[in-house]
Amino acid sequence: MDWQIAGFLAVDGFTSGAIYALLALALVLVFSVTRIILVPLGELMVYAGVTLALLGHDRVPATGALLLAMGVACFALELWEARRGTTPRRLALAAVKFLALPLALLLITRWAAPRALPLPLDMALTTLLIVPMGPMLYRIVFQPMAEASTLVLLIVSVATHFALTGLGLVMFGPEGWSAAPLWDASFDLAGVPLSGQSLAIWASSLLLMLALYLFFSRTLPGKALRAVAVNRLGARLIGVGSAQAGRLTFTLATAIVTACGMLAAPLTALTYDGGFVIALKGFIGAIIGGLVGYPLAAAGALLVGLLEAFASFWASSYKEVIVFTLVLPVLLWRSLASRGRHHDDEEEE
Amino acid sequence: MLQHCRKLALAGLAALAITTAQAADTVKVGVSISATGPAASLGIPTKQVIDILPDTLGGLPAQYIVLDDATDASTAAKNGRRFVDEGVDVIIGSNTVPTSLALSAIAVETKTPQLGLSLAAPRPEHLTWVFSLPQTVDVMNSKLFADMKKRGVKRLAFIGFTGGYGDVWLHDIEPRAKRDGIELVSVQRYERTDQSVAGQVLRILAAKPDAVFIGGSGTPGVLPMRELKARGFKGLIYQNHGMANNDVLRLAGDQANGMILPTGPVLVAEGLPDDHPSKPVALAFLKLYEGKYGPGSRDNFAGYAYDAYLLLDKAVQQARQSAKPGTAEFRQALRDALENTKELAVTHGVINMSPTQHAGFDQRAAVMITVENGRWKVLD
Repeated sequence: MDWQIAGFLAVDGFTSGAIYALLALALVLVFSVTRIILVPLGELMVYAGVTLALLGHDRVPATGALLLAMGVACFALELWEARRGTTPRRLALAAVKFLALPLALLLITRWAAPRALPLPLDMALTTLLIVPMGPMLYRIVFQPMAEASTLVLLIVSVATHFALTGLGLVMFGPEGWSAAPLWDASFDLAGVPLSGQSLAIWASSLLLMLALYLFFSRTLPGKALRAVAVNRLGARLIGVGSAQAGRLTFTLATAIVTACGMLAAPLTALTYDGGFVIALKGFIGAIIGGLVGYPLAAAGALLVGLLEAFASFWASSYKEVIVFTLVLPVLLWRSLASRGRHHDDEEEE
Repeated sequence: MLQHCRKLALAGLAALAITTAQAADTVKVGVSISATGPAASLGIPTKQVIDILPDTLGGLPAQYIVLDDATDASTAAKNGRRFVDEGVDVIIGSNTVPTSLALSAIAVETKTPQLGLSLAAPRPEHLTWVFSLPQTVDVMNSKLFADMKKRGVKRLAFIGFTGGYGDVWLHDIEPRAKRDGIELVSVQRYERTDQSVAGQVLRILAAKPDAVFIGGSGTPGVLPMRELKARGFKGLIYQNHGMANNDVLRLAGDQANGMILPTGPVLVAEGLPDDHPSKPVALAFLKLYEGKYGPGSRDNFAGYAYDAYLLLDKAVQQARQSAKPGTAEFRQALRDALENTKELAVTHGVINMSPTQHAGFDQRAAVMITVENGRWKVLD
C-alpha cells in the first residue's frame, strides 16, 4: 500500500466516520438525558435521506402523510389526558401543533414535490417533515413510560425500530434511493481525489458539533438538558420536567440524524432497512466513548470509519467482523476500569 | 353474553362447513414469500403476481394461502407447518435460498410438492418433492462466460455481497474461470448496506482486470459499478440477473450504460426473435402484469411466480384425472405430473423436468442483455 492509497482510504474513512460521529452524538445525547438507547435513529436517518431523494426525483414522499398520522396520534393522546381537565388554550395549541402544522406540511409537500425545486428548498422541506417526528415519537412511545427501567426502554426502542422499518418498506418500497450530491465537485489533494460531497459532509459535521457545543454551554435549555443528564431527580426539583427534556432531546437528536440522512443520501442507495447497520456503527463509536462523553464518542466513531475503510481494502470479507469486534476490547477495558465502582443502573432498579 | 358466544360459534361452524364444502375439489396452494426483510424486492413482485392469477388451476377452483416469511428461515418453516395444517396440495416459495430450504424440509417430510423460487437448484436429498423455477446459476453463467470468451476477457475480478448471495455466484465462477482459462485476479466482498466500496474498488483496480463481475442484487448492486466508473475503470462490467429490474436503471442512471448481464427472456420479451418459444407467453404475461401495476413494472421474480402458475396449471390437469385434491394420492399424482413436464413454454424459457432434473430451464432461458441510453437491450 502506498501513501496515495492510504490517503484515499483515509478520506473515505473520515467521510463515513463523520456520519457515524453524528449518529454517535445523537445516541449519546438521547441516552444521557432519557436513558433510552434510541435504536430507531437509523430509520429516522433513512426517512430523511429517502425523503430528500424522492423530492429530488419529483415524487411525493409518504413521510408527509406519516407525519400527519403521528400528529393525529399525539393529539388523541392529548385529548385522552385532557379528560382530567385542561384549558381551551392548551387544546387549541395542541391542535395547531399536531394537526394544523403537519397538515400544512403535507399540502406543501404535495404541491412542491412535482415542481423541481432547488436542492436547498428540498432540504428545508425534508428537515421540516422529519424533525417533528422525533418529539412526536417521544410523545407517543416513550413519554408514557419515561420512568421505566433502562432495559424496558431498550426493548421498547427495539420494537419501535422494527415498526419504523416496516413503515419504511410500505412508504419507500424495497429498493434503494439516492439523492443528488450537495456539492458536485472534485479536487485533487496531492494525488488523492477529494469529492465535494466529502468536504460538505466534513464541514456540516463540524458545524453541527460546534452548534451542539454552543447550545450545551451557552443556552439555558442546553444547560437544563445537561442538568437532567447529571441528575434527573435534582433537575426535577429545580423545575426541569423530564417530559419537556425528553421532547427537546428527541428534537435535537432527530435534527442531527436528519442532517446525517441528507448527507449520506448522495453516497449510496439508502434502503428502508439500511439505517440500522449505519446507526449500529455510530453506536460502536458511542460505546468507545462510554455512552457519556461527546468528544470521545465522536473520536470513537471516526475510528470506526477509518477501520472500516482500511479493513475493506485489506480483508473485505471480514470487514464487518473487524469493525464489530472492536467493541470487545473496549468493553473489556471499560469494565476493568470501572471494577469496584458502584453502578448508576443498579441504583435505578 | 352467552347468546353472543353461541352466535359466534354457529357462525364459525357455518364458515367451517363452507370451507369443507369448498375443499372437496379445490386445489389449495400455500405460498410463502419474502415480502418484507432483505429480500423484499424479490417477494413483493411475487405477491403481486399471485394477486392477479386466475382462480382456477387445471380447470379446478384454486385457493392461494399467501404468507410472508420476512426473509427469515424459521418464519418460513412456521409458514410451512401452517400450510400442512391447512392441508395444501402444493407449496410455492420462497424467494431466497435459506427460506426455500426451510420449506423443502417440510415438503419432503409431508410428501407435498414444492415449487421453489430461489436461485439454488433443489438439493439431492430433497429432489423427489422439490422443484425450482429460476434459472440456475449454471444456466446463467454458461451464457455469461461464453460472452466473456467472445470478448477476450483474460483477467476477471469479483465483487459480491458477503454471505449467501455472493457465495452462490463465487462458487460457480471460481471453477468455471479456471476451466475457461480466465484468471480470477481479485475477490472482494461488501455488505448490502455499505455506504462505500472505495477500498474494495482500489484493490480491484490495482489487480488490473479486463472485466469485473458484480455479485450483488437490486439497487445495492449499483454501488460497486458507480465506484468503479468514478475511479476511471474502463473495462467490462458484468452483472447478474438479480440486477435486472427497473429500480436499478433508475438509480444507476447513465452509469448503467454498457453493463452486461444475463436475464430471463421475460424482461426483454419485445426484443426477442419471433421464433423464441417464450415470446408469446411472456408478452401475454406482461400485458396482464403491467396492465395492473404500470408500464415498466416487469421483473424477473414476477415471471417466476407466473411460471409456477403455468407449470401447476398443466400438472393439475393431469393429476386431477387420478385423484381428488386434498389427498395424499393427489399430491403424489401432482408430483409425478410436474416431473413429467416436457417442453412447456413459459415466460422465462422452456421447462423440461426429469427424475434427475427438477430445475428445468436450459439455455433458452437466458438472454444476454445490456443497457443502452437507460433501457434494456438484447445482445444476441
